[in-house]
Amino acid sequence: MFSLLSAIFRYRGFIVGAVKRDFQSRYRTSMLGALWLIIQPLAMITVYTLIFSEVMKSKLPGISGEYSYSIYICSGLLLWGLFLEICGKGTCLFIDNANLLKKVSFPRITLPVILMFTALINFLIIFILFLIFLVIVNAFSFTQLLFLIPVVFTTLLLASGLAMVLAVLNVFFRDVGQLISIVLQFWFWFTPIVYPLEIIPGWARKFVEMNPMAVTVNSMHEIFVKNQIPEWLPLLYVSLLGAVLLILGLYLFRRHSGDMVDEL
Amino acid sequence: MSNVLTLQNIGKSYKQYPSKFSRLIEWVMPFLGARHKKKWVIRNITFDVKQGETIGIIGVNGAGKSTLLKMITGTTQPSEGEVVCVGRIAALLELGMGFHPDFTGRQNVFMSGQLLGLNNETISELMTEILSFADIGEYVDMPCRVYSSGMQVRLAFSIATAVRPDILIVDEALSVGDVAFQAKCFRRINDFKEQGTTILFVTHALDDIVKHCHRAILLDSGSIAMSGEPREVVNEFRDRLFGKSKKKTIGDLCVSSDSGNGELSRTDVFHTQPLYQKIEHRWGVRTAEITDYMIKSNGESYPVSVAGGDTVEIKFRCVFYQNIKSPIFGILLKTPDGINLYGASSRELMDDQIGLIMAGAAVDFTFKLKLNFNTGPILLSVGLTHCDEYGNDEPLDRRYDSILINVDNEKSFIGLVDAETECVIEVIE
Repeated sequence: MFSLLSAIFRYRGFIVGAVKRDFQSRYRTSMLGALWLIIQPLAMITVYTLIFSEVMKSKLPGISGEYSYSIYICSGLLLWGLFLEICGKGTCLFIDNANLLKKVSFPRITLPVILMFTALINFLIIFILFLIFLVIVNAFSFTQLLFLIPVVFTTLLLASGLAMVLAVLNVFFRDVGQLISIVLQFWFWFTPIVYPLEIIPGWARKFVEMNPMAVTVNSMHEIFVKNQIPEWLPLLYVSLLGAVLLILGLYLFRRHSGDMVDEL
Repeated sequence: MSNVLTLQNIGKSYKQYPSKFSRLIEWVMPFLGARHKKKWVIRNITFDVKQGETIGIIGVNGAGKSTLLKMITGTTQPSEGEVVCVGRIAALLELGMGFHPDFTGRQNVFMSGQLLGLNNETISELMTEILSFADIGEYVDMPCRVYSSGMQVRLAFSIATAVRPDILIVDEALSVGDVAFQAKCFRRINDFKEQGTTILFVTHALDDIVKHCHRAILLDSGSIAMSGEPREVVNEFRDRLFGKSKKKTIGDLCVSSDSGNGELSRTDVFHTQPLYQKIEHRWGVRTAEITDYMIKSNGESYPVSVAGGDTVEIKFRCVFYQNIKSPIFGILLKTPDGINLYGASSRELMDDQIGLIMAGAAVDFTFKLKLNFNTGPILLSVGLTHCDEYGNDEPLDRRYDSILINVDNEKSFIGLVDAETECVIEVIE
């Protein structure tokens, strides 16, 4: 554990550089450049808001307000985006970097760290846009930001834990990568992001509530839609789950990192 | 002198599973025992390297050289044993592999430097030096995808050697650059050597090993076959490659099937003889065939190396299946890169034309020639041709690049051919 941390510290230059390069490479060859970083999530949010609140006239039970449904969707979707980026890219992390891993000797643990930072910065960029929107529609308060931190931290822990386990497994069992892209699609609709939890029939609600992402997304809704303090206990459970996954992932990683290069 | 690198009983194995599911079963139910077989590609490698030593590693393709180097640099982990190294290792193994095609040379210098564990200030300080050594001009600020492979190697070499490493691993990657740059690289490597850098050197240019190394290690199918004085190790390697051990077994076979006392065979055993090269290109109408050969020098048959200036006898047997009028026997000596050193045929060398050879007859033809060539391998081609009724040459059996002769010339001179120069000096008052 200590050796992992010290390796991360020694290669901080590489980590910072790699995160920077990841953003640069996305818009380096395009004409609109950095604008794409914003256009893509904006387009996605617009699609969901248009379809669900305008076309399908969905309403949130018990909450009024012109923009409440948009806020509901955005807050959940942003957090899901963070989770999806880490899990999706994380699963293929070692396979995508096979060339580097096979040719250059460097601490491999830096790769997931780079991914985590990239995803977090991506999240923050879009989140700032969301905050601007909140300020404009006059639904913003600073306490929301304070509550946001533990929610994002929990999601980050859960996503990295899961990604770490999947990343190692995927090197040895390539089916994992195929499977997980399907699972993540189901998971998205299994999480109350674009629909309110209340429209689900009672018997199914129990299952949805067991979904750890439903807990974090729900906390986002409580913070930004209902302007309440999120429930801490379920969040704590999810953090614990994330921590367990992360430890399992690191264990698998340490145990199999020697064989990993041979399989790439 | 202290050891900078110690390899303790290093081995590398790959796991082989009988089916795709057996790995899953092994992971999920480890208590059922291992289901894989281990395929050892390298095993029981133990050696130390002292500071400032230059060590050559040789072996045929697949002997485990690259695997060994990868374990020393740390890209793959050994399955057993331990690599202990003191100080920083720089490997010129896969130069330019980490380059991102969309970024400029300058940005890639930063990235590669960071991968080596350098911080940004150090890289900035070294930048001028790196760029001036790579000497790629205005390309530094263009994306790496427009680079030629030579340019990539130049830049990568400059980065990898920007800071003097304690151990430098040199593979054949350098052969990509042009001659001038190669010379520059070797100068830098020599400077490092003088400053005490240990060098591990992998190459197929055996003469370089003899010239530059203090010690050589011969790898054969994953273990150390020999280690010690470079010249001896290189000779042993040549023996293994081109014959000695093989000759013994073939010789035994010959006793039973043939007369055994230097008599050449009428059936085609050409490809079983020592010094034969599988890369041979054989063509012709084959109404007569070259079936066997013998090479002699100084009383030794099939010599692994011939001293420069020595005479060799090249004798080969031709078996005729049809009546052939005035056949022509020829040889051609080439360097491995295809430069003709010498070629001649019976048409020019013999005064009288050879008459009609009847079907069923066999002819042994011998060339005696002096190998006034520089040290290095020579590929020998033999051929049988005849002149048809229209006066055109018709190749009967040509065996291009079929035999390899190593010349070991004591004299040192530049170029391929020994012109047997004599010097006269007259001091005029």
